[in-house]
Amino acid sequence: MRNDDHEHGLTHHPSPPGEIERRVQDLEALLLEKGLVDAGAMNRLVDIYSHRVGPQNGAAVVARAWTDPDYRKHLMADATGAIREMGYAGRQGEHMVVVENTDRVHNMVVCTLCSCYPWPVLGLPPAWYKSSEYRARAVSEPRAVLAEFGVVLDPGVEIRVWDSTAEIRYLVLPRRPGGTEHLSAGELAALVQRDTMIGTALVEAP
Amino acid sequence: MDGAHDLGGMHGFGTIDRSQEAHFPQDWEERVFRLTLACGMLGKWNLDMSRAARERMEPAHYLGSSYYEHWLHGLELLLVEKGLLTPGELAGGHARDGRTFDPVPEDRVREILERGGPTLMEVSQAARYRVGDRVRIVNEHPRHHTRMPRYIRGRTGEIVSHHGAHVFPDVHATSGEKVPRHLYGVRFTGEELWGRGCSEEGTVVFVDVFEPYIFGIVD
Repeated sequence: MRNDDHEHGLTHHPSPPGEIERRVQDLEALLLEKGLVDAGAMNRLVDIYSHRVGPQNGAAVVARAWTDPDYRKHLMADATGAIREMGYAGRQGEHMVVVENTDRVHNMVVCTLCSCYPWPVLGLPPAWYKSSEYRARAVSEPRAVLAEFGVVLDPGVEIRVWDSTAEIRYLVLPRRPGGTEHLSAGELAALVQRDTMIGTALVEAP
Repeated sequence: MDGAHDLGGMHGFGTIDRSQEAHFPQDWEERVFRLTLACGMLGKWNLDMSRAARERMEPAHYLGSSYYEHWLHGLELLLVEKGLLTPGELAGGHARDGRTFDPVPEDRVREILERGGPTLMEVSQAARYRVGDRVRIVNEHPRHHTRMPRYIRGRTGEIVSHHGAHVFPDVHATSGEKVPRHLYGVRFTGEELWGRGCSEEGTVVFVDVFEPYIFGIVD
């Protein structure tokens, strides 16, 4: 499972090339023939998660929390409701909790048992989030993991790792960078990258 | 189940590869994704059953295969176990008796995704524990699906939140019955989980723990 063994950035494939492709093509043809799946419905699913749902949703939530104190209060008290108010809800975001980074506390999110992730606000998880490496290491050596991501925090900062073992999904509210007081919520949202809301990156000033 | 999926704290893995940004680097992975979601919408099984099916992969196979191969394994297993395909159909790639089902149509997809699968339930029993309680996790190794990771078993943590009662995955994955159990956010120190000298300074781990996973209060 060393890094250089990886193919396509995921864990390595033991199956001969072409075998799994054929297996999946055959399965899809069979399921269509049986009437178990609908081609239009499947295209719709891919379209939604490839183009419509993604970290831009979470970034809009974060930017609003940074610029609207009432919304921030609502978000911290009832994240599911506050996020639904922005139009983001449903599968893998049914029960949301937002955890806030400060100068004393840094939060990061993992799912050690599978790959639970807040889909309505972040879309589908990146490959690294689903990797054995991240799932194994995030809970036992989060500082080392963060350092690999280029995040080196003061030793006095408490690192809080959230393991998504039930149906609660976590979103990190990152710290707003200094010198951004003049920016609008829309301009701030453009600064908020996906990894800052998983907790493996910090938001950089423009 | 103590399968290879329960990875928290395992040693020997290398650096985290962040080079792949595409959700579906290969065409078959996108197919597995859309097939899994489309079949899931038929309502013949639930999310905990899907997880349990993936976890039943043989450990060396699980660790040596990619993410969507786990999904493929789980999907094939459930299609046969729930009687939607016969083993012969799966192996042969052809339907024995033609079209026999009604798939979920495109115009219902959005509504199904927006509804999701909320797990919060009403419950008559009061919560046994309160925020601030120091509790020890049971040291049990059930052979069925569970959402109690190995690394917290027998460990002591502090309850920091009560999420209400949620569908208990251990039962949901097996019978499909929705049994409510209180769910707590529990805070463990790195030192408690990994031992002195084996943990990083100033790190804590929060795990969502169902009430049956808790042995009792520690004074």
